[in-house]
Amino acid sequence: MTVVENQDSIDYHARLRNGRAVLRMSEVEAAQRGEMLADENDETMIINMGPQHPSTHGVLRLMLELQGEQVVRSKPIVGYLHTGMEKTAEDLTFLQGPTNVTRMDYASPLFNELVFSMAVEELLGIEVPERGQWIRMLMCELNRMSSHLLFQATNGMDIGAVSVMIYGWRDREELLRLFEKITGVRMNHNYIRPGGVAADLPDGWRDDLLRILEPLPGRLDDLDVLLTGQNIWRDRLQGVGVITTQEAIDLGATGPILRSTGYDWDLRRDLPYLHYDQVDFDVVVGTFGDCFDRYAIRLNEIRESMKIVYQILEKLPKGDYKVQDKKVTPPPRARIDESMEALIHHFKLYTEGYKVPEGEVYVAVESPRGELGCYLVSDGTSKPYRMHIRGPSFVNLQCLPHMMADGLIADTVAVISSVDPIMGEVDR
Amino acid sequence: MDPLYADGVGVAVVLITLLKVLVAFVFTLVATMFMVWFERKIIADMQHRIGPNRAGPWGILQTLADGTKLFFKEDLLPDKADRRVFRLAPVLAVVPAFLAFSVIPLGGNFTDGDGTVSIFGHRTFLQLADPPVGVLFFLAMSAIGVYGIMLAGWASGSKYPLLGSVRASAQIVSYEAALGLSVVAVLLVTRTLSTNGIVAAQSARFGVDWNLVATGVVPAVVFLIAGTAELNRPPFDLVEAEQELVGGFNTEYSSIRFALFFLAEFMNTVTMSALIVTMFLGGPSGPVFGPEVMRSWFLPLFWFFLKLVLFLFTFVWFRGTLPRLRYDQLMDLGWKVLIPLSLGWLLLLATIRVAQNEGWSVPIAMAISLVVLGGAFGLLNLSLRAARRNREHEAEVYA
Repeated sequence: MTVVENQDSIDYHARLRNGRAVLRMSEVEAAQRGEMLADENDETMIINMGPQHPSTHGVLRLMLELQGEQVVRSKPIVGYLHTGMEKTAEDLTFLQGPTNVTRMDYASPLFNELVFSMAVEELLGIEVPERGQWIRMLMCELNRMSSHLLFQATNGMDIGAVSVMIYGWRDREELLRLFEKITGVRMNHNYIRPGGVAADLPDGWRDDLLRILEPLPGRLDDLDVLLTGQNIWRDRLQGVGVITTQEAIDLGATGPILRSTGYDWDLRRDLPYLHYDQVDFDVVVGTFGDCFDRYAIRLNEIRESMKIVYQILEKLPKGDYKVQDKKVTPPPRARIDESMEALIHHFKLYTEGYKVPEGEVYVAVESPRGELGCYLVSDGTSKPYRMHIRGPSFVNLQCLPHMMADGLIADTVAVISSVDPIMGEVDR
Repeated sequence: MDPLYADGVGVAVVLITLLKVLVAFVFTLVATMFMVWFERKIIADMQHRIGPNRAGPWGILQTLADGTKLFFKEDLLPDKADRRVFRLAPVLAVVPAFLAFSVIPLGGNFTDGDGTVSIFGHRTFLQLADPPVGVLFFLAMSAIGVYGIMLAGWASGSKYPLLGSVRASAQIVSYEAALGLSVVAVLLVTRTLSTNGIVAAQSARFGVDWNLVATGVVPAVVFLIAGTAELNRPPFDLVEAEQELVGGFNTEYSSIRFALFFLAEFMNTVTMSALIVTMFLGGPSGPVFGPEVMRSWFLPLFWFFLKLVLFLFTFVWFRGTLPRLRYDQLMDLGWKVLIPLSLGWLLLLATIRVAQNEGWSVPIAMAISLVVLGGAFGLLNLSLRAARRNREHEAEVYA
């Protein structure tokens, strides 16, 4: 039996509002209903946070309804950084694809390249050589570290520990310098491409890497002293922005947010890709699902990533770093002057690209923010028919209203920070 | 009473007073400039940065450059602003900041002299004014400074500044209480409200006679914490919380009006440090030796500035280390920890004072008051727990 309610009744609106269903309406509708509910005792204030605001990590916009300093309801509004990257992908060849996707999650660009390349390889049915796979793993784990260091920096800044911001940037900077040496650029590398990686690791990379890794544990311990064991820090984060496992799963949250609720899920271990089944690492899991757990998980994931990197350094085999099928990967520069065939391959690759068999595929990897998926449909030409990225930041952002409910403004900032959204990936 | 005015007021006395006004004014400005530079340099060192290094040697003129730049910026007045109050607010913030400094004794030989120096044959204190209610004057000035912040936020006609000024009024009113109670502890020990008298009372022996020791450290710590909150400095900078309120009360301000707020804030920091030095660390008193110029001019000034820089550094250190508190945690700290603590300590000091005056046995009086305070602490704890239980119960009922 369904009861049809009188949708104009005050009770109905009050229930909608208390149940935060208003959040799912359009802004206009919510405003109208808000006005209908308003009486002289209603002392709430609607405040706009963003898109220009120092703590919204880019151009996230939040509408907050405040009762004093308390957030009664909140609504995230996205789309201010929409550049149509998914549509752009349909106009780029599969070879050009990584240049496009790498700009989505700009704090961890290598993961975007990785997931796109893996999807293309799946459609092509090619296997990347061993060394290529291990190099990909190495680069991705370093990228995970740099991304989490960035989180420590911004999180510290948002809570008011300004020094931590600089410490985080400093350590990330050193990793970015290594990336520059290996890939040629600090961000948006276009290094992982279908068929392998763009270039082999340069001379002296191992020494550089070890030089970076050596002081890092000490610096993470410094963060422990400055933040983890700090009373104000704990008061600010513990019990703030709590989300339950069920809520997190219902909302599709992944990564540190899901793990912070105590749910043990990491694609690297549970659906291994590359060679993650051959390295030994722990999946860091929280208990309470609050901001502190998310902070601690990310901090400890840096340590786990270091553990993986050291194992990769031991296991890295010699050999090809990309497939030798010249229909997919370009020939070395020197060969073009010597061989007509290489010249033709080179020309064809960079003009028309390679054709990918018809089909569709979904590939997912564990990015620092959660499950990063790529759904790729090919119609047999050299350009994707459709590409869709499942951006973890976008999905995780849904949790915001649930985490922020009944918190204070200061908690709002802590919650946004702990979700660690990258707006480039949210809006794509 | 300043001996300068003892023999009637002549031209020389007026000129000396004017000179002192000028020196105090310039000194406050220069000290503020120095403080901004000092803070930026120290915090840069703590954060592996270089800090300002372009304007002047070691970037020491950076503040001057910034101020000049701000002076030439366009002065924006928001449409919704209350125009008169909007213009008045920065002045209300900066004038008390200047005035408060006038009661601080900067130098003078207190150790084996009467704290006076000789200027053109006239003996006088090295402080602009020594009103009999010096400490109250300081508290009054810092309370007026709050109006600047409150009115600025209110008059901006904007939501973020409004939130900032609401926070400011709540925060400063709460911490004023703790600040005042720890000041009373000092007054109990020194028996005077005059800043000069307070310094004179703690000058006999270096360190031992300081109020820091005489009041038993607790009021000094409470004063430092409450003072930081009163200054809206990290970790209590909720009023301007950049990450939450985008600058708080001064969001809508630009150009020289913004510079005035900035100036007032740093000037207050210098004044607060100077007051802590005066109240608890014996101001300019310290070991003196050598000729008269050394004894009454150079060394007392040196001791004063050494202690001053110590506290300025402490404030910068706080900023470099601590995350910001949340609004409710700030209130909890103020009302549930600092005020009961300073109130209890004040009662303890008062008991000791009465016991000494009446000739009672001090240890017994202390023991009894400690028992009473212990009981009060227990009651407070119980009531806080009951309040929390009630809140949780309410939350369950209304959820």
